[in-house]
Amino acid sequence: MSDEGDAATPTPGGRNGFAVTVRGLTRSFGQFIAVDSISFSVGRGEIFGFLGANGAGKTTTIRMLCGLLAPTAGSGTVAGFDIMRAYESIKLRVGYMSQKFSLYDDLTVRENIEFYGGMYGLRRREIAERSGALFETIGLAEHADKLAGSLPVGWKQRMSLAAALLHDPDIVFLDEPTSGVDPVSRRSFWLLIYELAARGKTLFVTTHYMDEAEYCSRISIMKLGKIAEIENPHELKRRYGVSTMQEVFLKAVGGEEE
Amino acid sequence: MMHRSLRRRPTAGPDTPQETDALPGTARAAEPIAVRALSKSYGKIEAVRGVSFTVDRGKIFGLIGPDGGGKTTIMRTIVSLLTFDSGEVLFEGFPVERSSPYVRSHIGYMPQRFSLYQDLTVEENLRFFGDLFGVAQNEMTRRIEELYEFSSLAPFRGRRAGALSGGMKQKLALSCMLVHQPEVVVLDEPTFGVDPVSRSEFWKILKALSSRGTTILVSTAYMDEALLCDQVSLVYRGRLLATDTPQRLRGQFVGTLYLAPTDAPHRAYAALAESGLCRDCYLFGDGVHLTLEEGKTPGAVEHHLAASKVETSGLRAIQPGLEELFLQLMKE
Repeated sequence: MSDEGDAATPTPGGRNGFAVTVRGLTRSFGQFIAVDSISFSVGRGEIFGFLGANGAGKTTTIRMLCGLLAPTAGSGTVAGFDIMRAYESIKLRVGYMSQKFSLYDDLTVRENIEFYGGMYGLRRREIAERSGALFETIGLAEHADKLAGSLPVGWKQRMSLAAALLHDPDIVFLDEPTSGVDPVSRRSFWLLIYELAARGKTLFVTTHYMDEAEYCSRISIMKLGKIAEIENPHELKRRYGVSTMQEVFLKAVGGEEE
Repeated sequence: MMHRSLRRRPTAGPDTPQETDALPGTARAAEPIAVRALSKSYGKIEAVRGVSFTVDRGKIFGLIGPDGGGKTTIMRTIVSLLTFDSGEVLFEGFPVERSSPYVRSHIGYMPQRFSLYQDLTVEENLRFFGDLFGVAQNEMTRRIEELYEFSSLAPFRGRRAGALSGGMKQKLALSCMLVHQPEVVVLDEPTFGVDPVSRSEFWKILKALSSRGTTILVSTAYMDEALLCDQVSLVYRGRLLATDTPQRLRGQFVGTLYLAPTDAPHRAYAALAESGLCRDCYLFGDGVHLTLEEGKTPGAVEHHLAASKVETSGLRAIQPGLEELFLQLMKE
């Protein structure tokens, strides 16, 4: 029995169908309160935009939600597991697609994914089965045996998404998923994200680029460790009386640093 | 020898390239940067294919496009860090490949991964780059104060560069590059990974520089920054798809653009993409942006969406942005 005890028993589908629900989530580093008692819930199948200025507490929050950092205070669940105690279980239920995903350029797409699956402790057969299906969904099948280094940016992005999805997580964190990708590939990537959401995956998108935020069903904007706004993009634009999320962000966060 | 103190304008003198068989009057060329029919391959990969553009004095010129399009290659040839296969690259009228010391001392170049010394303070970094460019000590303090005014970095002068936020690092990198007061600056994706507030502050600095007469060539992957430039080129697969002022570029979009607003843009897109109703059909966060196929009406699109069980509040004409233009030009 792990020291996580009962906390490691998930509530099927998360409580009340929430993928994430936290109350009073706090993390301090010494005197500095990086995340200051935030509360929010994200439903299953949501595409949730997670925005904020550099240093607003986004990364700290995400590290807690991924089970990589213990909260100082608060309560809640991620994928049905207790955020205060069950981080080992949480880690297995979340995927993370980094903007700076490290691909081995001299391995093929398939080999990269196998390597990644190995790190998650998946068996060879599991990896083969899942990556086959995943390559179909993501549209990577025809490129599976090409060297990663030879692929254009848009395909590397997809490969990085495939790696994040291989262990079949409930929640996937996407860090600026389409930055630097051409406008056509960006759109096929977003169609893919909608498709994943329709299949019940919950997607957290962090980005500094507000046109990307427009695609999210709901947005939160963090400021100085707190959540300044949490709402759908349409409503935010209406409330601030502006036409772009860029303007919403500038007004919500204001021009202060540190 | 270090470069001598840098003058505001290049004039004929020991600094100017002697070996150049300069055309008469080229020392005061009309444009600081002129690129003509530039091509550059890496092995079989044609990174830049016949690119031509000029950057006017005191203007902000943007190279806009996705990664891998050739933006960095173009910039590196201009600052004479990279040779090219064919074409012409002139800086102040001088061919860059034969004027490399002159080019490098007169252009401020900020590469994508600008190296700040993480364990030096803000001020130490500025002084280091000043020394590197041969800025006289008595000049240095005055210039650094001026740069603080620009960048609002003064309160952080004693902070180690490694402890700065992403936005402030970029401002410091820019300041380091400006210590020797170059008249022309080349910035390769300076706002990459920087939050919207810091990006907007960074652009205010660029605007202020430009209003003082500095010529700026800047690259970015994001269209919203294009609107802040005086002139932009859309760069894709080694070519320039279009070059003009951002306002005039929007006018290059062919057809009337409509928005089909919906909360389910992916479903609207799926319904419309193969419907035969749209000539252009693009997914956006607020719905589908489209132009109509010849003879089709907005009503037909609305009807089709309704039949496909996609809720929409009705088509309305909208102004095309650079993103839609880019998408349209990519199809050609």
